[in-house]
Amino acid sequence: MKTPLVEFRSVCKTYYMGEDIVRAADNISFSIYENEFVAIVGKSGSGKSTCMNIIGCLDVPTSGTYLLDGRDVGQMDKNELAEIRNEKLGFIFQQYNLLPKMNLLENVEVPLMYAGRPKGERRRIAKEMLEKVGLGDKIRHKPNQLSGGQQQRVSIARALSNSPSVILADEPTGALDSRTSREVLGMLQDLHQQGNTVVLITHDNSIAATAERIIRLADGKVIYDGPTEGAFSDEHMGGTGA
Amino acid sequence: MKITESFSLAISNIFSSKMRSFLTMLGIIIGIAAVMVIVGLGNGMEGYITDSFASVGTNVMTVSITGSGSSGTVKEEEMFAIVEENPACFEYISPMVSMRSSVKIGSDTLSYTTATGVGEQYFDIYGYTVAEGRGFRYMDMEKRTRACIVGCYVDQVLFDGQSLGETLRIGGEVFTIVGVLEQIDDEIDEGGSDDAVYIPYSTAARLSYSGTVSSYIVTAVSDDLVDAGQEIIEDALYAILRSSNAYSVTTMAAMLEMMTEMIDLVVLILTVIAGISLVVGGIGIMNIMLVSVSERTREIGIRKALGAKERFILTQFVIEAAVTSAIGGIIGIICGYGLSSVASNVISNMMGETLTVAPSVVSIAVAFGASALIGIVFGFLPARKAARLNPIDALRHD
Repeated sequence: MKTPLVEFRSVCKTYYMGEDIVRAADNISFSIYENEFVAIVGKSGSGKSTCMNIIGCLDVPTSGTYLLDGRDVGQMDKNELAEIRNEKLGFIFQQYNLLPKMNLLENVEVPLMYAGRPKGERRRIAKEMLEKVGLGDKIRHKPNQLSGGQQQRVSIARALSNSPSVILADEPTGALDSRTSREVLGMLQDLHQQGNTVVLITHDNSIAATAERIIRLADGKVIYDGPTEGAFSDEHMGGTGA
Repeated sequence: MKITESFSLAISNIFSSKMRSFLTMLGIIIGIAAVMVIVGLGNGMEGYITDSFASVGTNVMTVSITGSGSSGTVKEEEMFAIVEENPACFEYISPMVSMRSSVKIGSDTLSYTTATGVGEQYFDIYGYTVAEGRGFRYMDMEKRTRACIVGCYVDQVLFDGQSLGETLRIGGEVFTIVGVLEQIDDEIDEGGSDDAVYIPYSTAARLSYSGTVSSYIVTAVSDDLVDAGQEIIEDALYAILRSSNAYSVTTMAAMLEMMTEMIDLVVLILTVIAGISLVVGGIGIMNIMLVSVSERTREIGIRKALGAKERFILTQFVIEAAVTSAIGGIIGIICGYGLSSVASNVISNMMGETLTVAPSVVSIAVAFGASALIGIVFGFLPARKAARLNPIDALRHD
């Protein structure tokens, strides 16, 4: 079997909240392979944000090993983390997180700029990506001139610009109405169809159902890891009947 | 990411909030403009003084005999002898006796006109030429004649250009005007160089209380011989008076140097004071940059998530501070230039003299460099704060 793209080996993450130790991730292990579409589901406090931060190389595990594309992220310094985020990951955030003072083209160019690509190439790729998400006619607009769904499409274009190994979508529909949510989820499915690896982080089961595989977290532990079809039976819902 | 991109980012950020950027720059603008005007004024003053000394001649020495600490006196003949014995070194000599008594024409007292007792070579020393009538002769000195030579203000304004042969009174004595000088200043004015009356020194000495001549003007053949000449005169005077306190020989070069040093010192002190406002301006920049960093925490988080290294964030903020400060510096230089030319005009009008307040190219370069440096120094702390933000916290920040 080929090497996983994302591999968690007994990953733990503990925080100190005053005197108490909080185990946000408690011995989590899973592997995500190329061209998978995985949803990491859990209620707030389940540890999914911690997982998302670790997968996104924004944070490192307290113990255990996280391998991204075979490289041990836990051993990296801040600069290497910044580099690997730039190269391997495409972020899609709940709040879109576009830079308000820049136009769409410039926003999509940001990851390419930090990758040190020349200006002409950046322009070309950014334009191509914006066309791909259907905003080719608005490249000079500022983010606040767009609707929420359109802004999320810009952030998808930005996530794709660096041809990342993993597309990491953190509650991508959290701020959208149901119609635009479907549109954005459809887009993620298309990306998956085109051969991208997509990791979707959400608290919403119906949204998680878009994925092909579900990893369900509760209290920092994995309670289900398998195909979407079996994920919503009672025994796999953490017994809370959510 | 290239440095030029950091610059264009910084410039677009600065221009996206113009009012705030302008207010941030204000301290630097005022500081730089103040330094420019002060340095410009200093240069102008120095230039003015150098010019006026140059018109007198830097080969001129002033000998002043005070007699303090000595029982001896120096006769005019002895001074003349010193100069005559060294023709290779000295060119001209003229005794100089300033008259305290005022000049009167008829019953009118002239409050600004000065009367000075001089030797026959005096006009040669200053390059004055006699336009009408005659200059002084040896006989005037020898016979203590009541002859006088007037400047062209006296001739043209007070005598309607018909002064030759007329009389005026100095200290109660009647003098006949025997010569009129060529115009000296660009404009003839009351109290200027053209508003003067010259009489033979010997006559002046007799009219004055002491009855002796205590100052002389001596010129060296060339500027190089000024120091040697000074030494010859000092040695000769010491031989006569036996006390080094009893006389002093001042060269124009030394006086010029002394005055230039004084102006430099004043300019330096004022520049330091103005420089303090630059530091205050720098603190203003630091303050606004700190505010800007906390306002843009989310932006920093996004940039970091997208792969910006700490170095990039640091550079971006430092450059933004430096560019803000440098733009302030440029505006300050322009304001300083404008104020300098206004100051030039005002001073020229007030003094009736041309004083060019010109900031030097060096001071412009230094001002610009200083403003950029202030931005870098005071921008560093906020920039480091930005660079060190934790991306997770920064992304969560509202």
